[in-house]
Amino acid sequence: MFNNISYLRKELTIFKAINKWLKNFAYELQNMFFFSLRMLGAMFSRPFYFSETKEQLYLIGVGSLYLIVLTGIFAGQGFALAFSVELALFGAKDYLGRIMVLAIIRELGPVLTSLMIAARVAAGITAELGAMKSSNQIDAMVAFGIDPIKKLAVPRLISLIIMVPALTIICDIIALFGGYIISVFIAHVSSTMYWSSVREKLIFGNIFIGLLKPAVFSFVIAFIACYKGFTSAGGTKGVGRATTDSVVLTSITILMVNFFITRVVFALLKGYLL
Amino acid sequence: MIEFKNVYFAYDEKLILKNISFKVNASEALVIMGPSGSGKSTILRLILGLECPQKGDIIIEDKNICRMKESQKQNIRKKIGMVFQDGALFDSLSIWENVGYYLLEHTNMSVEEIGQKAIKMLGFVGLDAQEIMDKLPEQLSGGMQRRVAIGRALLSTNPKVMLYDEPTTGLDPQSAENVLGLIKKLHHEISIATIVVTHQIADAVALADRFIVIVEGEVVFDGNLEELSRCNQPKVKGFLAPFRKSFFKVAQKKFIEI
Repeated sequence: MFNNISYLRKELTIFKAINKWLKNFAYELQNMFFFSLRMLGAMFSRPFYFSETKEQLYLIGVGSLYLIVLTGIFAGQGFALAFSVELALFGAKDYLGRIMVLAIIRELGPVLTSLMIAARVAAGITAELGAMKSSNQIDAMVAFGIDPIKKLAVPRLISLIIMVPALTIICDIIALFGGYIISVFIAHVSSTMYWSSVREKLIFGNIFIGLLKPAVFSFVIAFIACYKGFTSAGGTKGVGRATTDSVVLTSITILMVNFFITRVVFALLKGYLL
Repeated sequence: MIEFKNVYFAYDEKLILKNISFKVNASEALVIMGPSGSGKSTILRLILGLECPQKGDIIIEDKNICRMKESQKQNIRKKIGMVFQDGALFDSLSIWENVGYYLLEHTNMSVEEIGQKAIKMLGFVGLDAQEIMDKLPEQLSGGMQRRVAIGRALLSTNPKVMLYDEPTTGLDPQSAENVLGLIKKLHHEISIATIVVTHQIADAVALADRFIVIVEGEVVFDGNLEELSRCNQPKVKGFLAPFRKSFFKVAQKKFIEI
């Protein structure tokens, strides 16, 4: 009998823990949603912080350029190398350009660029805002009549909206060029054949999906990174935890949203993608 | 000028303040004392409208800050100067930019003009402006940072009330005396209401006209120094016990005038 009671108690504790976790999750999700709405609203109301936005454009855009160039060149080469071997088995090496466009423009370019920016920029944003919060700088801003969301979050959101698609385009071009190097020098596909194959698949649908994704991902990165920074608590340890959470949550969300965008766009724009 | 009426405040289901009521008059120097974690700093955050109580009212100049919109709170905050714990200077801005922050953000004054005002203010708080104005906060000592923070609060809002959150915590004795001297000077020269939160009895005795002791979120004492030294309330005695021997020595201590 006593065994049964202790078993029931253990079960109850587990249910309580699950219940608490679910409640916290729902609460966090709700807070993040309202925070995102506040950020969106603040984007369209005065004052506008142009110099902060310019600074963030530089930090996010130019600062991430080397990372995106390296990502693009090695992702493009690696992908082309792997597929050229498989395609050669079927005598279809000439289609390498088409496959590169489908993989890079639709999927890898936007996802890899956003993941890289999530790792570099989201971590930076959360750590910076978290440090400002733990040293009361954000409260000091409020005390001096400044809305920290407008001053700190909106310039980062605008910069990400501009820079993530721009860096994705750069990543796509460099990855296609990486694919070109492998095609010509290792797979021995002629240069003309590779580029004409690439052009065949550079159609509206693919370019649209390739630009839609980074635009959506930029919101994901900005919302999560800023929210985690503004809500971090518990001193330096808390800032560290918030930064880790920010990168993990941003990366997972990007992959999830990527799947849903692909699914929706395929359902709605199938005719433009084939 | 500032009145707390039966204020209750909780963080994450934990009750921090319980039924807090007190009044601060214009040009009064009030010190709120209590052990760490007793809810002292929360009172300053409530006055600034950074937090809202779950129950009760906070009246500032006949207006209830708890029922105001964010834009209305700004008008109240313009009358309050806040010196946060550790100064809370903006670490990416130079010292003169920190001091002139409010003017840079809210006025159309030229940078030169704001720079001049910042230099004057740095001089007022006893700092060598030419020496430090282009430095970053991290390049200054703790005491200097605290004085820059006081200068920033004064230049920002032309306040009617100054709030200080643990103004001498973490400072060496010399810097602490400089900061206390500056707070006293401000209180007497400009004649503004002053609310200081501290757990250091020496600071409290040096600054206060009136003392409030908070223990476990409740006001357990409200009165002057004489009443405090005679108070037999167990929680007050418990809080003052470590200082009992030095209490009257501290009360007679002279602080450096700047």
